[in-house]
Amino acid sequence: MTMATVTRTPGSQRPGPRPPVRPRGGFLRTLWGSTIGKKTVMAVSGLLMLAYLLVHMFANLKVFFGPEEMNGYAHWLRTLGEPLLRHGWFLWIARAVLLAAVVLHGVSAYQLSRRDIAARPVTYRHQRRQASYATRTMRWGGIILALFIVWHILDLTTGTVNPRGQEGHPYENIVAGFQNWYANVIYIVAMLAVGLHIRHGFWSAAQTLGVTRPGAARVLKAGANVLALAITAGFLSVPIGVMTGVVK
Amino acid sequence: MNLTLRIWRQPDASADGEMRTYEVADISPDMSFLEMLDTLNETLIERGEEPVAFDHDCREGICGACGMVINGQAHGPERTTTCQLHMRHFADGDTIDIEPWRAAAFPVVRDLVVDRSAFDRVIGAGGYITAPTGAAPEAHATPVPKPAADAAFTHAECIGCGACVAACPNGSAMLFTSAKVNHLNVLPQGAPERESRVLGMVDQMDAEGFGGCTLTGECATACPKGIPMPSIAAMNREYLRAAAKR
Repeated sequence: MTMATVTRTPGSQRPGPRPPVRPRGGFLRTLWGSTIGKKTVMAVSGLLMLAYLLVHMFANLKVFFGPEEMNGYAHWLRTLGEPLLRHGWFLWIARAVLLAAVVLHGVSAYQLSRRDIAARPVTYRHQRRQASYATRTMRWGGIILALFIVWHILDLTTGTVNPRGQEGHPYENIVAGFQNWYANVIYIVAMLAVGLHIRHGFWSAAQTLGVTRPGAARVLKAGANVLALAITAGFLSVPIGVMTGVVK
Repeated sequence: MNLTLRIWRQPDASADGEMRTYEVADISPDMSFLEMLDTLNETLIERGEEPVAFDHDCREGICGACGMVINGQAHGPERTTTCQLHMRHFADGDTIDIEPWRAAAFPVVRDLVVDRSAFDRVIGAGGYITAPTGAAPEAHATPVPKPAADAAFTHAECIGCGACVAACPNGSAMLFTSAKVNHLNVLPQGAPERESRVLGMVDQMDAEGFGGCTLTGECATACPKGIPMPSIAAMNREYLRAAAKR
């Protein structure tokens, strides 16, 4: 089968844009300069954040085993890597890596979204609902999650907006924080958003990184659903535990 | 069948366009969508009006010339080209919206005709093999493994109609470009230019102003030739491999 010569109407011919001449060499520079490369940055940073979330979610479940368990774990996190690392350094390294991941993910998403919107300057008059809910809400979901991260750090890391906010006592801070109805609403909305984000994001990341094995799509989509469900349910169990009085 | 058509009319690239309403009567359900438009155009010409401009060529679904967005779907409700879409898929009394492919990289030339030379330039950036022309080479000079031949054929089905771009919410040309990259990259004949091909074609695709891929799957759903979604992942893999070797 051959490709037809496209219609050439006299006067309609554009000279056609040329890609920027990029200096050879530099894997990262090549990546940052292309749409596929930026998606790769998003995939890698996204998977990193997903791995962190999984650990974070499991650790949160310690809240059901009492203050000693939870607070002991929080203290242990600060001793990780000792004596090679000084007290608390592991945590700061993790924070730096996560901050880099969030920034790279967000900047790539912003730049790609701008480009995507510019690629269709005139929209269709006959609008049709496209793709799945999770796919359609990636951008708004991402914005919600970025705002939530700020709130969450102010709530349980710095304690600024937490009614108790006592350093070294995460268990008590969690219980105090979820006494407010709005803290629960913010948290629940964000956890539903993260679930939807993972549902499309995990599968999407695998495609971006070039997973092509036959049958992989079904496994990846199922994996994305399981991850999304487990992370959302795991995180939601904490405010639900506080609300129902299981955790107090 | 009697139908109401709402068609995008735009005299030329720089003019403003609008949806205009037309009535067509006595349409046979066995007509193709393009034949239905031919019928409309005949009546427009008789009335002394400008006929609706649209691209078409082979009218047997293999050339990729025709294409329009019908009720919000590229090539309409059936998974085929517009010329192979038959009026039996519509009901008497239907109102049908007909619009051109919408993408910054595909500017409207007139009515439903868009300029798809961006695709030609993507092909020009690597969608070929550099071989001296002349007599056809002996068929068995380069053995091709069966799975590679099958994969190449799957991707070679792409007729470059642009439905993937039209259907994609981001106006992305990833499915088209991936079909063209994979078609040659899986073959031994394509191997010498494997890296420069994918890097060059993706660079050109980006330069043309197509959007990025967000894996919505709309392209593969609209593709009249069934280019599969994993084609995009395969190109991503080729791209990352080539970028690492660069």
